[in-house]
Amino acid sequence: MSDIFETLAFYLSYPFVQYALIVGVLIALCSSLLGVTLVLKRLSFIGDGLSHVAFGAIAISAVLNLSNDMLLVLPVTVICAVLLLRSGQNAKIRGDAAIAMLSVGALAIGYLVMNLFSTSTNLSGDVCGTLFGSTSILTLTTAEVRLCVVLSLLVVAAFVLFYNRLFAVTFDESFARASGTNTEACNLGIAVVIAVIIVLAMNLVGSLLISALVIFPALSAMRLCHSFLHVTICSAVFSVVCTLLGLLLSILGGTPVGATIVTVDLCAFLLACLVGRFVAAG
Amino acid sequence: MALITCQDLVLGYAGKEILAPLNFSVQAGDYLYIIGENGSGKSTLVRTLLHLQSPVRGRIILDEGLDRREIGYLPQQTVAQRDFPASVREIVLSGCQGRCGARPFYNKEEKALARQAMERMDILPLAERCYRELSGGQQQRVLLARALCAARRVLLLDEPVAGLDPRTTEEMYELLKELNKKDGMTILMISHDLRAAVTYASHVLHIGHPVFFGTRQEFLQSESGSYLTAKGGNVQ
Repeated sequence: MSDIFETLAFYLSYPFVQYALIVGVLIALCSSLLGVTLVLKRLSFIGDGLSHVAFGAIAISAVLNLSNDMLLVLPVTVICAVLLLRSGQNAKIRGDAAIAMLSVGALAIGYLVMNLFSTSTNLSGDVCGTLFGSTSILTLTTAEVRLCVVLSLLVVAAFVLFYNRLFAVTFDESFARASGTNTEACNLGIAVVIAVIIVLAMNLVGSLLISALVIFPALSAMRLCHSFLHVTICSAVFSVVCTLLGLLLSILGGTPVGATIVTVDLCAFLLACLVGRFVAAG
Repeated sequence: MALITCQDLVLGYAGKEILAPLNFSVQAGDYLYIIGENGSGKSTLVRTLLHLQSPVRGRIILDEGLDRREIGYLPQQTVAQRDFPASVREIVLSGCQGRCGARPFYNKEEKALARQAMERMDILPLAERCYRELSGGQQQRVLLARALCAARRVLLLDEPVAGLDPRTTEEMYELLKELNKKDGMTILMISHDLRAAVTYASHVLHIGHPVFFGTRQEFLQSESGSYLTAKGGNVQ
């Protein structure tokens, strides 16, 4: 047992491990906060769809040899998020179908572009890294960590300030609009923030597993809590704890970061289901 | 002057008219039933009255001093709401959102208002309960309490008894009658329940062919009224 702690202490003394932990926790926190709203608005798959869009954009920017691919990836993802959340009730293609279409479409185009134009010798390695999370969480620079901290603080602050409005819009959009809330601005805000979080989170778990960060904490919390406030807080705590645990486990066991975090999230969800059922029965 | 007046109001989507022009007005204290077949445009009328969509032609004139945000709205329940993890207090309080303006949090008066609304609807003991665990009738009371938080004078209800059992339906009708008579709330209600319309309404608006607007007595003697009540059967 003491061996494990010694190994942990040894790893934790490295700045790159500390950076990974900080960024991981912040992304987990942000994604879980918005996750509650997205799950309740029946948009669980938006994380998946947008991350595939980001994957496609990354592929294209790699081919274009852009030095900073964020310049392309972030705007494209934000635009897609806005379009998806705006389509709402009167769209010809309903929300879930639109997300599914965008998701597979972007994935296909991204892979196609990479295959046709890539100069890399390790194509499948590149693709796999982008999809399942690469080691890039362990190679973060100080500037990237700072950017992540600032963005996360902004997201949390916006969430707290707009909490009541977010609740009103999530629970009943028609009513909120009728009573004078600017629901379109709210939806736009949600779209932009979720796109930013997803682009940030691609470093952590890769584009295939991002949905897990968005939906698992919210779903786990909903098994246990009975008010929106408690669900939100519980979901944030779940997410941070699971991500920390997953990161540490993957460091100790040398397992893939993204897959480990998602597995821990899944275990926490099953546990929450059991506890929820136990409480309901007792 | 009437609280709400509709002048040559033509409803529709994307410029397409779905209904002949409507002319009617609602006075303070009225209890108006809006009836009509499925797809006749009842919900479109409600959405237009709430400014959720714009009319194709015509005007809706609100009495001076009545802001459109002061119309309390009880929408039909959505599927997503049935398993929504929120406490009754949170939902009722969200009815005060329109009063907040740019302020991010609710103040004391708004919390007191929500409490009053819950008391009025007899759901104060349920305040900390989770919405999804309540019965259909209780859920409807919660949404009505929320509408009361937003409303000062007018309630607009979209099929408030849909999916409720006969007893709960009757309770709901009595509650609305009380709100109308005792609290002086003006009520506009979409309904399929003709029997209730001829029992409780002060006025009836029938959307369809022909369009009818008038008091309950006028409705009973009118062509569409006698036709519908004959088909609906057992009306006293």
